[in-house]
Amino acid sequence: MSDVHLIALTVNGTRHEVAVEARRTLADVLRHDLGHTGTHLGCEHGICGACTVLVDGRPTRACLMFGVQADDCEIETVEGLASEDGALSPLQEAFSAHHALQCGFCTPGFLMLATALLRENPHPTDDEIREAMASNICRCTGYQSILEAVRAAAGGNAGAGEPGSDGPGLREAAPR
Amino acid sequence: MADGRLPATDAAAAATGGRWVGRPVRRVEDARHLTGTASFVDDIRRPGVLSIAFARSPHGAARIDAIDASPALETAGVRAVLTAGNLDDLDPLVPRLDRPEFVAVEMPLLARDRVRHVGEPVALVIADSPHAAEDGAERVAVEYELLDAVTSIDAALAGDAPRVHDEGNVLLDVDFHDDPQLDARLDEAHLVLDETFSSARVTAVPMEGRACLAEWDDRDQRLTLWTSTQIPHLVRTTVAALLGIPEHRLRVVAPDVGGGFGQKCVVSREEALVCAAARRAGAPVKWVEDRQENLVAGFQGHEQRFDVRAGFDADGRIVGVAADILCDVGAYSTHPFTCGVEPLMAATELLGPYAVRCYRARARAVATNKAPMAPYRGVSRPQMVLAMERLLQKAALRLGIDAVEMRRRNLIPRDAFPWTGPAGLVIDAGSYHDALETCADALGLEAFRERQRAARADGRLLGLGLVCFAERSGYGTEAFNQRKMVVTPGYDSALVRMDPSGGVTLYVGTSGHGQGHLTTLAQVAADRLALHPGDIEVRQSDTDATPYGWGTFASRSIVVGGGAAHRASGALADRLRRLAAHLLEAAPEDIELRDGRAEVRGSPDRGLAFSDLARVAYLEAQKLPEDLVPGLEAQASFDPPGTFSNATHGCIVEIDPDTGAVRIERYVVAEDCGVMINPAIVEGQVRGGVAQGIAAALYEELVYADDGQPQTASLMDYLVPTAAEIPPVEILHLETPSAFSETGAKGMGEGGTMGAPACVATAVADALAHLGIEIDRLPIRPDQLLAALRAAAKEETTAR
Repeated sequence: MSDVHLIALTVNGTRHEVAVEARRTLADVLRHDLGHTGTHLGCEHGICGACTVLVDGRPTRACLMFGVQADDCEIETVEGLASEDGALSPLQEAFSAHHALQCGFCTPGFLMLATALLRENPHPTDDEIREAMASNICRCTGYQSILEAVRAAAGGNAGAGEPGSDGPGLREAAPR
Repeated sequence: MADGRLPATDAAAAATGGRWVGRPVRRVEDARHLTGTASFVDDIRRPGVLSIAFARSPHGAARIDAIDASPALETAGVRAVLTAGNLDDLDPLVPRLDRPEFVAVEMPLLARDRVRHVGEPVALVIADSPHAAEDGAERVAVEYELLDAVTSIDAALAGDAPRVHDEGNVLLDVDFHDDPQLDARLDEAHLVLDETFSSARVTAVPMEGRACLAEWDDRDQRLTLWTSTQIPHLVRTTVAALLGIPEHRLRVVAPDVGGGFGQKCVVSREEALVCAAARRAGAPVKWVEDRQENLVAGFQGHEQRFDVRAGFDADGRIVGVAADILCDVGAYSTHPFTCGVEPLMAATELLGPYAVRCYRARARAVATNKAPMAPYRGVSRPQMVLAMERLLQKAALRLGIDAVEMRRRNLIPRDAFPWTGPAGLVIDAGSYHDALETCADALGLEAFRERQRAARADGRLLGLGLVCFAERSGYGTEAFNQRKMVVTPGYDSALVRMDPSGGVTLYVGTSGHGQGHLTTLAQVAADRLALHPGDIEVRQSDTDATPYGWGTFASRSIVVGGGAAHRASGALADRLRRLAAHLLEAAPEDIELRDGRAEVRGSPDRGLAFSDLARVAYLEAQKLPEDLVPGLEAQASFDPPGTFSNATHGCIVEIDPDTGAVRIERYVVAEDCGVMINPAIVEGQVRGGVAQGIAAALYEELVYADDGQPQTASLMDYLVPTAAEIPPVEILHLETPSAFSETGAKGMGEGGTMGAPACVATAVADALAHLGIEIDRLPIRPDQLLAALRAAAKEETTAR
């Protein structure tokens, strides 16, 4: 095989060396070379955002970046969001509590996008949340529950959310 | 959550009397998606897997003179190329309806001598990587001789039109319920409207496109197909027949599926081809559709035109409706629903919730050189609602009747349920009038009219839209039999089994892909078995594990699959009671199931845990009574006549007169889907459906050039809306339990998409009513609105 480059990158804190064909994208490297299949490809032309990961802390379309460009980069993916004991992050909890996912295909991209938003701006306004989340496409939810989940996570109150129509049962829900 | 169990507190369960139906419990599905451990087809790893790419037709209509695979075979990494020439053992798909007005046409799996739409598969390339497979597909050399394409209903119906198929361009032509009184009634009517309503071709855009992975197992002499489908059992039946193998040699699995919306409820050519390739390749093979393929070659729908004549009396009551319905169904029928699904549904259900006695419809399926149609969410009903609601709106304006009053007068009267329409369709009880009043109250109609008047004086364009509809759901066998389908996907099945440890698994024939069935079906079974839903594992979408079923489409699963689950778990509960009665020396009717135990009523200390009963049933069979066989399982099926949800949607919009952009200020849904199994999931379905409906109203349109070239082959051209465009949706619930379902639930997966296009259209039309601008075609594009506004302004200037 021609045109193979050796790169080193850190994914969710673990360093990897990968031999990568020049034309392979960062999404290819994550999914196929490293087995991180939580990063999904929804359009491969940078519109839908399902493949959003964090590259050196910034939300990035993994389908629009070549693997070789990720040399020496710190990558964060959905697999790294929960803590090591398996506890979900407040944002992940909020997505579940607010029914912010249905088929789940776009979910990793939205989680990474929102993670970046809340790190940069821990207390975003509703408009700021809407504007940021408008970077990605979800075909199932109609977005409202995603916005509510991000707002709840921003308030540090994932399971208890803002008043909405998502019913008391969601809020009383807790692991049995 | 981390262990995948349903989270909910015992206190909460106690507070609701232990009943799980009706509670918005969190979904068991969520953990996998939130942590990246879900497994969609492309996430499945098989050793030695090869990749497939398709060489597809670049032309809308052409003859194939020659196919030369050798340049592709010389490409680095390419292992094999399959064309029609080396797939002679594979018959074409020939979807059929068993009715004389239907014309069956062949859909070859790979085109042999002719292509009929851009994106039609011509060759299949097997290579070491997806990249190499795409390289190879680009190098399959095909000599095409171009033919004239037809890309519109009118072009296809013209006398000298090029023929998409030798059989002609009209593939179905049905006269439906021709009422002999109709013409006289229309002639005598106080007001007659002749109108045309149409909607553009759209497509489902599931975030995961289609995808297949197939592997032949030499040891077991079996093939496994993992496919992103809504109908795994029917894929098995169809593909096994095409491959000429018995069904027990084929296992079909739908792993996590990234949305379907109907695009995955038909059997695709690619599913059969990938299986054929796996047998030839001697290795697992995988095809993952990219977005361009999905937009160009994936199934499409909703391109329809209704020419309608409707008569009204002086009070605004509809006296009769005559409709000529034309559906552009693309190049082929799809299996199992055929190209008849849109025209037949449109003709059957056009009148919706309105009390019209006098009716006639003609419905046609027209072939064009575009990708084939499949039943996309709502199937014809968004168009039917547009036609009925715009007719009512236009008549109300002419007759000076208020929008709500107009609908009040025409809705099926409160006391007239079950209502049998002129076409014999039976609509069961709903809350049609209450939903209308509830929605109108929430919008504050009178206050809005004042605001609208004041805004108009300032040159601002505000409008209010209102639509009512009936959402047919839970179609049973008879409904599909009436359509004369050659397979009738009506009933569904469930098997529930308690294992020797007392664990319960519910195996279902439905195949959820975002609807949360692992949660809602567990809720249904939990109430029957007096268990926590987290103690019930739901298995679906694997033909080796689950009883035969029809999958998930047409808002059927909670009615049909939920009914089967309800019956099966009820039967298992009965067995538990009989076994406990025997062991506790009590009468079965005195045994009560509670919190995983069987107890003698009134003496809770006389009881046995389910795990004790299960131990006896499996491991100590000598203790069983004579009338119980070992093991603990029950299977049931359910086949309902169908039941109707209902809703009124209302919205307020503002049009920017400088840009033609439409902004939705408020969107209100008053809906009734009977008993809600899980209100959070109901609301999710409503909001997601409304978003897809707003998309069809304002943004999405598949555009084809006259030669059949798709102009909307990326998400930069096909405008799926984002969070910036979709407003919050206020939802108000009403509840009329269905007498036709086991749980009282009605299906509601499509209502949002059915109501929203017409709701937005009537609002925009309302905003422009004083300017004489009509909104009769979807989507409502800003450039067209601007042109209409400018023309209206010019007319006004001239008039002065």
